[in-house]
Parts: sequence; C-alpha cells; structure tokens
Amino acid sequence: MRINPRFVDKLVKIGLNSQAFFTVGILVTIVAIIFFKGSPYLNMEFIFSSPEDMGRHGGIFSTIIGTVFLVLLSIFVATPLGVGTAIFLTEYTKESWFTKTIRFGVESLAGIPSILYGLFGFIFFVIKLGMGWSLMAGVLTITIMILPTIIRTSEEAIKAVPRNLRIVSYSLSATKWETVTKVVLPSAGPGILTGIMLSVGRAVGETAAVIFTMGSSLRLPTSLMDSGRTMAVHFYILAREGISMEKAYATALVLVLSILSINIIAYYIMNRVTSKYS
Amino acid sequence: MPKLMGTVLLLLMVLPLSFGACSPNGIQSKKHTVTVAGSTSVMPFTEKLAEHFMVDHPDFVVDVQGGGSTAGIQACFNNTVNIGMSSRQLKDDEKQLNQIIICYDGISFVVNSKNPITALSLKDVRDIFSGKIKNWSELGWVDRRIDAVTREEGSGTRGSFEELVMKGEEIDDGIMVQDSNGSVKEVVATDPYAIGYISLGLVDAKVKAVTIDGVGPSIDAIKLGEYKIVRPFLYVTHGELDDSGQKFVNFVLSEAGQNVLKKEGLIGAYD
Amino acid sequence: MIKKTFSKEHFVKLVLISFALSSLLFLFLIFIFILAEGLPLFHKIGLKNIIFGFKWAPTKGSFGIFPMIVSSFLVTFGALIIGAPLGLSCAIYLSEYSGKRLKLFLKPALELLAGIPSVVYGFLGVIYIVPLVRNYFGGAGFSLLATSVILGVMILPTVISISFDALMSVPKTYREGSFAMGATKWQTIYKVIIPSAKSGILASFILGMGRAIGETMAVIMVAGNALKIPTSMLDPLRTLTSNIALELAYASGDHRLGLFSTGVVLLVIIMTLNYIANFAIKRRVLK
Repeated sequence: MRINPRFVDKLVKIGLNSQAFFTVGILVTIVAIIFFKGSPYLNMEFIFSSPEDMGRHGGIFSTIIGTVFLVLLSIFVATPLGVGTAIFLTEYTKESWFTKTIRFGVESLAGIPSILYGLFGFIFFVIKLGMGWSLMAGVLTITIMILPTIIRTSEEAIKAVPRNLRIVSYSLSATKWETVTKVVLPSAGPGILTGIMLSVGRAVGETAAVIFTMGSSLRLPTSLMDSGRTMAVHFYILAREGISMEKAYATALVLVLSILSINIIAYYIMNRVTSKYS
Repeated sequence: MPKLMGTVLLLLMVLPLSFGACSPNGIQSKKHTVTVAGSTSVMPFTEKLAEHFMVDHPDFVVDVQGGGSTAGIQACFNNTVNIGMSSRQLKDDEKQLNQIIICYDGISFVVNSKNPITALSLKDVRDIFSGKIKNWSELGWVDRRIDAVTREEGSGTRGSFEELVMKGEEIDDGIMVQDSNGSVKEVVATDPYAIGYISLGLVDAKVKAVTIDGVGPSIDAIKLGEYKIVRPFLYVTHGELDDSGQKFVNFVLSEAGQNVLKKEGLIGAYD
Repeated sequence: MIKKTFSKEHFVKLVLISFALSSLLFLFLIFIFILAEGLPLFHKIGLKNIIFGFKWAPTKGSFGIFPMIVSSFLVTFGALIIGAPLGLSCAIYLSEYSGKRLKLFLKPALELLAGIPSVVYGFLGVIYIVPLVRNYFGGAGFSLLATSVILGVMILPTVISISFDALMSVPKTYREGSFAMGATKWQTIYKVIIPSAKSGILASFILGMGRAIGETMAVIMVAGNALKIPTSMLDPLRTLTSNIALELAYASGDHRLGLFSTGVVLLVIIMTLNYIANFAIKRRVLK
C-alpha cells in the first residue's frame, strides 16, 4: 500500500510544527511559572533588604551585592587576560607549539562541568592557599571558568576582521599596536563583548562552583576575604531546604530577569554592529 | 629579556592576590569576624544566635555556613573557620579539638501528615533503614514501597543516628540521600510514603513525628530520659579561640543565649 | 623617534606574552591539579577496583564508582532520548519551515532557555516533575525518569542550535536539485538534507551528552542520590557529579583523593565526548 508522499509531507509538517510549539511552550511555561509565582513577592523592599531568619523573611540585597561583586571582579580579571591572550595568539605569533598548547587548553576546558571547578577551587583556594570561603576564592575560580570562553570568542571575533583593514593600516605606517587598538579591536569589539556578556550570564547563574568557594554566608561581603552568597546560591538553599517557597520564586524571578537583560544587551550590541558594517 | 618577562609575569599573578591585602580593609579592620561552619542541624540555631549577638555587638560579624558536621570539623582542623559546628560526638581521631556543648537536641523520625502511622519501635526503624522492611504493608498501612531518606555520610545527624539506632547495621544502598535537615524535611513533607530523621528542633506542622517505643520526642521526654535518641550540639575549636570567637561563645553559653536556643525547641546545655 | 616606537611595541608584546602565559597557567592549573590529586589513588587502590568496584564507602576503604558511572550514563541516555528527537525536530522546523521573522524570534528564545540557571530547572523539577512521576508512575518520584526529563529539557538549546547550524550550512543547491526532481519537502529533508548534515547533527547530540553528564545541581535535586544501580526508571540514583558535590565539603585524606579520582574519570569522559564531537564537525567541513 503506497501512502501518498504529499500526505506524509503534510503529516510531517504538522508533527514538526507541534514539536516546535511544544518546545517554545516549555520555555514559556517555565518563565510564566516563575513570573506569576514570583512577582507578588518582588518589590522594592525585597531588593533592598537583606535576608533575615535564614531567608524566611527579608529580601535578597546582600546576595545581589554578592553576585555583582563576584561577577564584576571576575570579568575585571578575566577580560584583559583573555582578550590579551587572543590578541597575542592572532596578531603577534605564528602557529607554534606555544599557540597550539594554549588552544588545546582552551578547547579542553570548554566542557568541564562546574562541579570540577568547585572541587578545584575548594581544595586549592579555600583550603590549600588558606583563603577560606571568600570572595577572592570565588573570583579566582570563576575567572578560570570563564577564561576559555573569552579567549575563544575574542579569537573568533579578531580573526573575522578582514585582512584588508590591517593591510591598509600598515600601509599608512601605523605600528602593530596602533593597528590593533585603532582598527582590529573596534571592529572585533562587539564579538568580544558578546563573549563577555555570555560569560557574565553564565557566572550569574553558576551555583556549584560558587557555593564551595565563596561560601554561603548571609552577610554582605565588604572585603575580598569575606564570604557571601550569590543569588543563585541563595535560591538553591531556599529551594532545597524549603525555607520559603515565595522568596524562592521571587529570587528565581530576579535571577531570570537579570540574565534576560544581559542577553538583551548582548543582542543589542551584536545587532548594532552587524548593521553598522553591512 | 627573560628577567623582564619574568617580572611582568610575576606582577600579573601577584596582582589578584594583593587585592586581598589592600582591599577596603579600612572598614573591615574595625569589624571583628567570627567564622562558623558545619552541621546543618546546628546552623539555623547558630544563625539565630548570631542575629541576636550582632544586635548587641554591631562591630561584630558572625559568618555562618553549612556543609555538615564532618565538614565543620574538617574546616576546624584546616583553620578555615574559627568555630566548627557538630551535631554528633567527636570521633577518636578528632578528639584533639576543643569541644563546647552548647545544647542538646533530639533526633525525630518523621513521616508525611497523610501517613496514619503514629508509632514505631526502634527495631522497626532499624529494619526500615537497613532494608529489611521495604513495604508499608508490613507496618500496617498500604501496599506501597517505603521511601526512606537518610543523610549523607558526613552528617552529624546521620552519625548520631547510626550510633544510637542502627547500632552497627548498615544503611541500605538503595535508600535516598539528601544533604541537609531541611531537604530531608522537604522530601517527607511532599511524599506521602516517605520517612526520614531530622533534628527535633526543626519539626513543625509540615511533617509528623512518630513515637519510638511508645515515647514521643518532646523536650520533657528527653529531659526525663525517656526519649533516648538525643545528641549534643557542639562548637569545636582548634586550639585557643581568639577574643571575638570567645565573646560569641560566651554569649551562646549565657542565659540570654540559652534562652534563644530553648525557645527554638532545643534543650539547654545545663539541663 | 623610531627607537621610542620600537620599545613601546616591544613592551606591548611583552605584556601580551605575559597575559598569554598567565592564561596558560590558569588553564593548566586546574587541569594539572585535578590530575595530580586524582591519579595517585588509581595507583594505590587499582584502576579496576575503582572503576569497576560496586561499593562506594570511602571511609571504610571502598572506592567503587561503577554504580555512579552507570547512573551518569543512564541519565545521559535518558536525556538524549527525550532531548535529541525533540531538539532535532525543532532544528529542522527552524531551518526548513520557518521564515526569517520566526528565525529572528526563536533564536533569542533559545538563548534564554539556555541561560536559565540549572538550579531553577532543578527546583521546577522537584515541584512539578517529581510529584508527577510519583503519582502517575510510582516510586518516590526522585528517579531516573524525572532526572532524564529535566536533563532532556536542559540539553535542548545545545542540540537545537548546533543541529540548526548544521542544517543551515547544507547548500541551497541540494534542496533546489531535489525539488527539481519532484521530491516533496519531507522527502528532501529525509533523503538529502539530514544525511548531508549528519555529522553536525551527531555532534550536537554528543555535545548534549557532555552537557547532561556534567550537570550537578539539578540532578542532586531530583535524582534521589541513592548509591545503588537503579533497576527501573523509577528508582533513585546518584551520578558522578552529584557524588562529588554531596561529599566534597567533608571529605579528607583518601576520601578526598577519591573525589578527585571521580573528577579524573569525569574529565576523561567529557574530553572524549568533546573530541569526538569536534572530530565529527571537522569531517563535515573537510567534506
């Protein structure tokens, strides 16, 4: 019995269509649940007061600060290191054992699960180097975690800059560094920034690597050796221990909104540039 | 050339480390910090004590982390923290640490509120967790597998449980594991067929505590010595405690501190 | 004048070299540390005893992680069963059936899905999926099934975006040629496009596997963390990653080394998966 291929075609289209909608549906459901269950408890007081009674009452201010400190400092260390390495790899050297080794390191570390960063960070920074649970240990660990991403995306962005621009720059007797800073970097800028934003997003949502290095103290961190909580860690503890479902949802909402904003900013940057150069 | 390169490299690696030294320490040096970590049973109570303590002493900061009793003891050994919290007795190889008993707490066996069973014998509990009794029908309820929950190996609550209840018998491999009192309580509160053990001070309306050998886990029963599944909450320190830490411990052992603990459902250190 | 420019350039190059060296140092630090701490136990206890040992009781001298290796693979395959077909279908729909506008809308949606922290997935899994499994299928709810569902959803963005790239890179001429010969859309997809995007699609599955096997927080929340090999989809289980997270805080001595050994095993598995995936992609490019 031969089935009409056109009929099969229609069936397939419906099947694929529904699966795509189902997937989008999952996303919408997740965001909707968090939004509707969390927003009643999201107010100014929640954002600007710190947790009380293990998080049963109060807000998440100290955790917001903890997150901001951790992510900002990690970016502050990882960006010059990562972008510098990318510039070095693409502009200043030929292919050699050195560049191959760095690339191997970057590729290998690409898929390493965050718990291994937590394992490493805890034993090496917290215990062996004696930093204790601290912002410092967290920053160093997160820096290592996002370094491969920044190097990789920066390298790709720099490589994508057309050779002609460089040639023209040199022909105008600019030095290498002038070329890099005035021609290559501006052109690769958005790509590099996207990589940074991606890393920011990842760091904000990171839990396993943070809880074992920065710790989970409820206090507001005021120095590098202080422990503290990030929003993700706070959310995890609230959720696991059933301390307060309402606060958990509200924290999740803040988390998701933050990451959404970061994604939107990244998109905006990317789009502005592609339109600028097309 | 190599010397120059080496210097630059060194500078770069030292830079992040030096941050720790010259951070906004102006604010920090005026504050006294006490770092505490360990038992998830003791943690919420330490947090409460810390809150009270910091109200009276605004220039003190008490940092509290979880991790489990063994984690706290380890952190103490490594000098990662000032005070370690433990909800079990110290083992022989841990006895070199100083221990301070801050209060006593019972271990309560809890089931879901939909579970009609209110009484179990100690042997029943032992058999459930060793895997001998697998079904609720063996205890007089429906024909349904028992979803038992235990704590992780490093837990002080588990350690006390193994010492006082299991008495040498091993906990079955197929039993679920959660890593804090709160998460055990959550599992029992949501699964009608679950049973677990948590700190008595944490029992509330979400779960139901069962009587063991006819005795219910209440503060009076513990004081009278009828309910025997009791363990001390310890603060452990490595060597001498510094001034800030000592101030905090003094508060905890004072009448004010002990009242805070008693109000939360614990038994005072001197009772 | 020239001399000044020369030394400035020289200085810049030096700084960049040191940056690159520092990066190298950081990157290899974690690598070497995990290997250095993890390998000794293999030597002391024996590779076979650890990888094929059935009992994990490190305080008593047993370091068998076989049940956890099996569990890690089980949840990964479970995640693939749920995430791969669904993800591939979405990718096909996105590349072959949707217009430019829809593509523009769906790509950021995908990235949002990818950006949601794993603890949020775990949380929703505990609140909604675990009771669902318990009430409709039986068991405690904390199970292989629940974990597979959650992980399946989590790997969707990976599978979709990489498969999508693979499908989009199939030259338009292939499609046009197929239509010119009278094939329907589905026949074209099925017989022409998918086969030529095969390696990219496979790579997306493998990278999805890598993501699933490395997931920790969500798994701890829904898997039940029992030490035995699960005998049914409804049994609780413990993965390699969960084990590290559960015991890290208090492990000392050989126990701690045991966790690093677990880390080494994880490292090997994931690097192998990454290598296979990259190899598959490279093959496609060369073709």
